[in-house]
Amino acid sequence: MTNTEHKRSVVIPGETIVEGDNYLPGEGTEKQGEKIVAFRYGLAEETNKLVKVIPLSGVYQPRRGNIVIGKVSLITFNGWVIDIGTAENAFLPLMETPRFVSKDRLDEVMKIGDITVAQIFGVNGRGIDLTIKSRGLGRIDEGIVFKINSNKVPRVIGKEGSMIRIIREYTNCDITVGQNGFIWIKGDKIEDELFAKRAILFITEKSFMEGLTERVEKWFKENGGVKKETKKYDKEEEFGERRE
Amino acid sequence: MTTKNFQRPDGRKLNEMRPFEAKVGIIPNADGSAMYKSGDTIAIAAVYGPKKMHPQHSQNPEKGTLRCTYNMNSFSVSDRIRPGPSRRSTEISKITEWALEPVLMLDKFPNMVVDVHINIIQADAGTRCAGINAAAMALAHAGIPMRDMVSSVSVGKLDKTIVVDLSKEEEDFEEGDGPTDIPISMTHSGNITHFQLDGKIESKQLMEAIEMAKKSCEEIYEVQKKALKDSINMEEEA
Repeated sequence: MTNTEHKRSVVIPGETIVEGDNYLPGEGTEKQGEKIVAFRYGLAEETNKLVKVIPLSGVYQPRRGNIVIGKVSLITFNGWVIDIGTAENAFLPLMETPRFVSKDRLDEVMKIGDITVAQIFGVNGRGIDLTIKSRGLGRIDEGIVFKINSNKVPRVIGKEGSMIRIIREYTNCDITVGQNGFIWIKGDKIEDELFAKRAILFITEKSFMEGLTERVEKWFKENGGVKKETKKYDKEEEFGERRE
Repeated sequence: MTTKNFQRPDGRKLNEMRPFEAKVGIIPNADGSAMYKSGDTIAIAAVYGPKKMHPQHSQNPEKGTLRCTYNMNSFSVSDRIRPGPSRRSTEISKITEWALEPVLMLDKFPNMVVDVHINIIQADAGTRCAGINAAAMALAHAGIPMRDMVSSVSVGKLDKTIVVDLSKEEEDFEEGDGPTDIPISMTHSGNITHFQLDGKIESKQLMEAIEMAKKSCEEIYEVQKKALKDSINMEEEA
């Protein structure tokens, strides 16, 4: 397991990934003497002498800047508590709404049980702070929302959003992927939405295969998908790949 | 010593374990899960979290908490056992926590808890060791940062002979000095995280027993490693 040059391999905690002085320990790894040792289970990858472990399982770890989808679980006097599937509850303050909201009219913007798209603008010891000030954020009124494993989100998005573009072209649906694993699909017809959902579930099933993009294209052709003319999607820039 | 002509009831060699296997990802709803089977003993472990610790007064603002729950299912033994927590199961839960905590890096999860539920669905001695083996794999599968893996095995002294991985039949051995049961857990690098001794043994023989456990843990580690690695390949084939 010492030679991982340009090849990903599964590592388990305590396993030596590479030996030698000229490597740098990245995320999920630790330097012990001459060795770079993994401290979590995942795929080990080496790029430019930087060794890191890409997690494959586990709960979602919130990070600053992530777009997430969550459910309003509580309204306080100055904001909303939103459940985004993390250990800490996320808080959306009144000040972080795009327009002025009166303090006693909070439930006009969002009621308990409503689903919203939000962005994390800070993670601190006390909790997670959210905002809905940017474009594309805010309450979800129509479409379907479901959850996948948050570790598979980068696969659903694809390189520079390639995968999500294919799904859009074949199903004619708007898709918002939250980094916490929640996905919102909005289309003209419920059939289109369910078709897109099936496609995403297919991706999560095959997420470790090579050439996934081609396989998904093939899957669409086999399942009677018709490629539509691409509309201009102004939301595109929000779905950058998660790369730190 | 009578070591040479000692016969184990099931005809195993002195340092031979029961046939064992491991599997990862058996519980879809859990954040991490694993099964470990040794002979007729089967343990399943499910990991949930890190999640917020409740009640709040149990929270530790410095590091996360590991909470293990060991449970023997009522149908796991031939004589139905009363379901629910007992003196024995609370003790083993605590022992499991202590065996696993040294390798976990919980300082990244203040005020949080990692729940590990271990269920013994079939018991034939060595259930705490099987539980620890399953729990270690489940924790790794759940993506909890760990310094090393933990493998566990029970070594025993039957009359004057040291044997590895006792079965229930051997645990009830009555001849000579009777049975001494020594469950040992250790990391892959050879550090002992858990050690229990039930009976009596000379210090010289104890060292011999630890050496034996070390070798067996090595074998278990390979199986745990393979199980964790194979769980990815299976998804590739599916």
